[in-house]
Amino acid sequence: MIITEHINKRFGNQQVLKDVHIMCRPGACIALIGPNGSGKTTLIKSILQMVLPDTGKVIFQGEDITGQWSYRAKIGFMPQMTRYPENMSIGEVMSMMIDIRKDQKNLDEELIDQYHLKEIYHKRMGTLSGGMRQKVGACLAFLFQPDILILDEPTAGLDPLSSEILKQKILKEKAKGKSTIISSHVLSELDEMITEVIYMQDGQVLFQKTLEDLQQETHEVKLSKMIAKIIA
Amino acid sequence: MNKIYKHVIADIIRNRIVLFYTFILLLASLSVFSLEDTSSKGLLSMLNIILMIVPLVCLIFSTIYMYNSSEFIELLLSQPLRRNTIWWSLFIGLITALGLAFFVGAGIVILIFEPSFLGLMLVICGILLTFIFTAIALLAAVLTKDKAKGIGLSIILWLFYAIIFDGIVLFMLFQWADYPIEKFMILISMLNPIDLARILILMQMDVSALMGYTGAIFKDFFGTSVGIALSFGTLILWVIIPFICSLRYFKKKDL
Repeated sequence: MIITEHINKRFGNQQVLKDVHIMCRPGACIALIGPNGSGKTTLIKSILQMVLPDTGKVIFQGEDITGQWSYRAKIGFMPQMTRYPENMSIGEVMSMMIDIRKDQKNLDEELIDQYHLKEIYHKRMGTLSGGMRQKVGACLAFLFQPDILILDEPTAGLDPLSSEILKQKILKEKAKGKSTIISSHVLSELDEMITEVIYMQDGQVLFQKTLEDLQQETHEVKLSKMIAKIIA
Repeated sequence: MNKIYKHVIADIIRNRIVLFYTFILLLASLSVFSLEDTSSKGLLSMLNIILMIVPLVCLIFSTIYMYNSSEFIELLLSQPLRRNTIWWSLFIGLITALGLAFFVGAGIVILIFEPSFLGLMLVICGILLTFIFTAIALLAAVLTKDKAKGIGLSIILWLFYAIIFDGIVLFMLFQWADYPIEKFMILISMLNPIDLARILILMQMDVSALMGYTGAIFKDFFGTSVGIALSFGTLILWVIIPFICSLRYFKKKDL
């Protein structure tokens, strides 16, 4: 459960988030969509406190996160175009992450197995291609069985097969009742996963609606068509 | 501390620059002490090497390292870790690696050839200078988002502390030669850790007799145990203040 209350953020003289108010209920799978530069990544980063909002607050499972840090143990985050320390090997990154969350016992290594990541554990992060790094990011996001998954353009750079594996994994976690926030530009792949849509433009939330509401309003089946109708 | 600093140290050691730095220091200190016939002459040469090389290497290496760690910092920030912990781990990792490099490269050799209070002071000054300029580098790196600007800033800082500051001090000494500014000079020297370390070491050597009246005033202050304690206190403040400033800034930074 995440609520952001009236978040404002300014980078220099550019207002990137304007009074953003969203709500993520338990079990919801939210698509965060909007044009480039609409503030999606900044919003995600403020939930993780990588960006600190000027005003407003983020409520995570009933608690204000300002100055908190332990709540991040419950979040699996997959950043956009993942960047990792170049000198470390995949195995080292993995073991460091496990080292940080030492008290977390049952690890979810399903994606690691499906992507055959263990075979390339010795490879340095700097030598990996963009898609391979995305795979590492995906594995890390799911590894600690988090309550909430935040995926920032997860399938960008992934090959069709790997992106299908990831999609199945997201559906599986959704079935377990976990909340997911996915930011993506590829609307066609969101169709079968999501329950809600948040549309952002120029740092503002244009609307947050459930998929059923959207279907009723627009009489369309495809998400891309629905969005096109609403925006137009 | 969550053992992150261990990963930082491992990463720095894998980066061969620090090993190269250790080797250069070792080469310099061994050759200096075996070339000079008396160890106090060697100590003077070592002093000059330490006062120039150590701040330069610590500043430049640490600044570049901080910029190259931006991905690492971002990765850690999404994990259940305090920002405090991340910044402390990076600082501790850097000062451990660079301090160890200095101790192995120069410290041990100095203590072998000059096993006295003076030798010990020189080693402690070198280690403190390592800490100070690493802290300053962290501050320079956190203040500027642009890599080129940050490295430029740290080069300017080195030029200021190593060269320009002395120019200003000399200028003041000549301009106000008629006034009794010697005590004031003690205060001024506290503003530059390199100068402070230099005066501290020189006052322990016989060469201070060559420095005239200023030298006598300095000797009165830096030669006493109170003066030495006060100077080391100031050097430690030089580590703490830049680091705390950088930590406070990092806690409010957007990444």
